[in-house]
Amino acid sequence: MTIAIDAAEAARPWIERAQPTHPSLIDGAHLFVDRYAIVNVPTVIWIDEGGRIVRPNDVAFTTERGGEYAGVSTAAQMAGLRAWVRGAVPPPDPAALRALQRLPSDADQQARAHVALGRWLFDQGRAQASARHFERGGELAPHDFVIRRGTMPLRGMDPFGEDFRTMAQAWRDAGHRYYEPLPVGDTVGGADPG
Amino acid sequence: MTTFTILEESSATTVDAHVADGRVRVPALELERALGWELQPEGFCAGTVCYPVPRDGEIVTDDGVDLAAFAALIGRPAAVDAVERAAFLGTPAQERAFALGSLVAPAFTLPDLEGRAHSLADWRGRKVLLAAWASW
Repeated sequence: MTIAIDAAEAARPWIERAQPTHPSLIDGAHLFVDRYAIVNVPTVIWIDEGGRIVRPNDVAFTTERGGEYAGVSTAAQMAGLRAWVRGAVPPPDPAALRALQRLPSDADQQARAHVALGRWLFDQGRAQASARHFERGGELAPHDFVIRRGTMPLRGMDPFGEDFRTMAQAWRDAGHRYYEPLPVGDTVGGADPG
Repeated sequence: MTTFTILEESSATTVDAHVADGRVRVPALELERALGWELQPEGFCAGTVCYPVPRDGEIVTDDGVDLAAFAALIGRPAAVDAVERAAFLGTPAQERAFALGSLVAPAFTLPDLEGRAHSLADWRGRKVLLAAWASW
């Protein structure tokens, strides 16, 4: 299932072009974002038949170019995914999975509260007031690009333009990675591609 | 008194509030109507849970309950905007973290483009790949 962290009309052209055979859901109110602590896109999560998380929040693209940008091999990820789907991997160790989860902090939730208020204010036509809350959210959770990049269109900024590039570069200059893929080929629901 | 909107994940309630010096005070009965917490002698209570009111007298005055301080007391993240007359109260980090740390995939229901509701629970018994994406 895909989940668009977008208003329906922003997601629509992409969904219609893709002609998906799977459910394509819309999370305009960030309910899924809040429950699963999504801080960037794309984010993928694997869930088994019993409704258990067997691979927590990870970044995965469908192209090698996307994978390179994220610092991971798309081919290796896809091999791991296929192995899991085939049932060719053992169940993962829960402790190992928990070690890979980035659980939300008080500051993260405070940031999300500001962004939620900001979205309501924006919908009320109070763009300047909304921007103050989007910015506050970004200060509270500087690693959260659902907030820092996702609110750019609502702040009159281009999420693919200079504002984004400057933000991402500053983040990297501070010693962080824009994407932090999980290791591929270990026991956490991924097959060894070798 | 002024009209003030208290927002939560799935609700918006309009209350009458006192806004002064950047603080928002909501009469106890309005707060109960909006958020379900009742001011009792034991403190603020909802169901079987009560939070005692601290003795320094700042949270509850004749003008009402300090909304930001109340949210902090009950452990909920809050964004309170006195100027814009609106606040959002979110879900505590501990609650989200506990749910995710259990490794049980949190339940959710979201619409598709046609407005049809889909739930994770619909897919119990199948492997599910969730892929979050965006136009930005």
